[in-house]
Amino acid sequence: MQVKGKVIKFGNNIDTDVILPGKWLSLIDPKDLAKHALEGLDASFPEKAQKGVIVVGGKNFGCGSSREQAPLALKYAGVECVLAESFARIFFRNSINIGLPVIECKGISAAVNDGDEVIVDFEAGKITNLTTNQSLQGTKLPPFIMEILTDGGLIENLRKRLNKK
Amino acid sequence: MNITEKILAKASGKSRVQPGDIVDANVDVIMVHDLTGPLAIEAFKKIGVKKVWDNKKVVTILDHQIPAESVKMAELHKMLRKFAKEQNIRLYDVGEGGICHQVMPEKGYVSPGALIVGADSHTCTYGAFGAFATGIGSTEAAAVFATGKIWLKVPETIRFNVEGQFQKYVTPKDLILHIIGKVGVDGAIYKSAEFTGSTIRNMSIAGRMTVCNMAVEMGAKNGIVEPDDTTASFLKGRTTKAADYKWLKSDVDAKYEKTVDIDIEDLEPQVACPSSVDNVKPISKVGNVEVNQAFIGSCTNGRIEDLRIAAQIMKGKKVKQGVRALVIPASQEVYAQALKEGLVEVFTEAGALVCGATCGPCLGGHIGLLASGEVCISTSNRNFIGRMGSPEASVYLASPATVAASALTGKLTDPQEVEA
Repeated sequence: MQVKGKVIKFGNNIDTDVILPGKWLSLIDPKDLAKHALEGLDASFPEKAQKGVIVVGGKNFGCGSSREQAPLALKYAGVECVLAESFARIFFRNSINIGLPVIECKGISAAVNDGDEVIVDFEAGKITNLTTNQSLQGTKLPPFIMEILTDGGLIENLRKRLNKK
Repeated sequence: MNITEKILAKASGKSRVQPGDIVDANVDVIMVHDLTGPLAIEAFKKIGVKKVWDNKKVVTILDHQIPAESVKMAELHKMLRKFAKEQNIRLYDVGEGGICHQVMPEKGYVSPGALIVGADSHTCTYGAFGAFATGIGSTEAAAVFATGKIWLKVPETIRFNVEGQFQKYVTPKDLILHIIGKVGVDGAIYKSAEFTGSTIRNMSIAGRMTVCNMAVEMGAKNGIVEPDDTTASFLKGRTTKAADYKWLKSDVDAKYEKTVDIDIEDLEPQVACPSSVDNVKPISKVGNVEVNQAFIGSCTNGRIEDLRIAAQIMKGKKVKQGVRALVIPASQEVYAQALKEGLVEVFTEAGALVCGATCGPCLGGHIGLLASGEVCISTSNRNFIGRMGSPEASVYLASPATVAASALTGKLTDPQEVEA
């Protein structure tokens, strides 16, 4: 599993309140949520992300509330994957569970800039910055998490497992 | 093993676990609320399982936007009620419960040694009772509805050993703000935070709940306190599962990633300044900050003990002209108790507005959002950009005593300074 795309970079401690402000939590349709993705930091983000983009964050990306609407908004806005120095754990699990790939990668903030083109190989946990030709090794996702991602999320994965029984 | 490891081992049928192990744990109770429940129900319906695995172990609590503040929310509440009825699961409706993290222990869903997950990040509050409790998202909640199980990585544990006695009007809130300021908002990321020491032993359940509640604000997976007689006496008459807690002690040779020692003898009231919970300063170093709104409430500080200390400071005084003071008891039970003790009268006479139990302004949901350029001093748990309304508003976090004092003076104030 691989994705390729241009980077939009953010700093440390990007919280779920700026990813999807509380006032939009009564929206249910992911496409409606997507219109407000990262509204707390950059109202033009959904427009920039439309054609597919890789979000890079610093430490503790997705901290704060357990709202799954945050990764949903990112995914449906066009975010293909999130790379960060570290993640808040609920955001990490939520992303995997809705089928948005996330990889922890030390040094990623310094190694990429806004607009760089990056390719991510999930099985290998390898991230290559095509603009600078630099490669980084992220934390590999364990096989059972890779399986959730390739199935398209936890619900699809669970359906598959329950049907097997 | 430490207490967190013991609970995770028991929940997954193992005799031992160690940090890094991934366990498949049985869930004792799962909670969803009105902002996370609807997505969980939608996901559950896609799984293709007709009934939740155990209807007695699923709780729905309407709290974030109650009573419904919009037609959209009214529809979501309707959807939750319908699902609860179909599945025969308990739903705490408007007027019955209040903020989920207060209602869960009040109504007996929390007990020492239990493994509890909730579709809310502050689920870690129940660690105050010696439970392993952690926040999850909606899709994960749907999977637990169907299977009663969840995979968990056994975390490393940081022990916070707290010694000393609080000065007057210095509270558990000041302690946890101090800790977060010290370790940072990612200081316990993926980890367990175990709170020990004489200060914690002598602390009320309300105080322990405040401390464990904010463990997530330093990234922790769970916060936890060993249960004792204080725990048992709070839970008496609320649950029958509180009797067996003696096994819930960390072993003498339990492993910790590190121990952080904290002495609170000289701790002064603490304030988390905008817009990060670790931007913590002692109140004497904050300077002159004028406030437009003062909020006492939330799952962090909406308990009767919090209202008592605020009322003690506000009794016979008036909220400063130009300041909106909001008091929101955490639950219907707290509200009723506050009425009985005459606290509601104290607040209303002081010019504060007392509202029914809800999360309300804490997450910018409803009741008291902020306009651009406004400043709020709040007993809640997050001061992120846009958290309580406009992204151009500022939120300062403090204890109920500090917020009450600030409501009277119209600026950030050390509660000891307004002492009559």
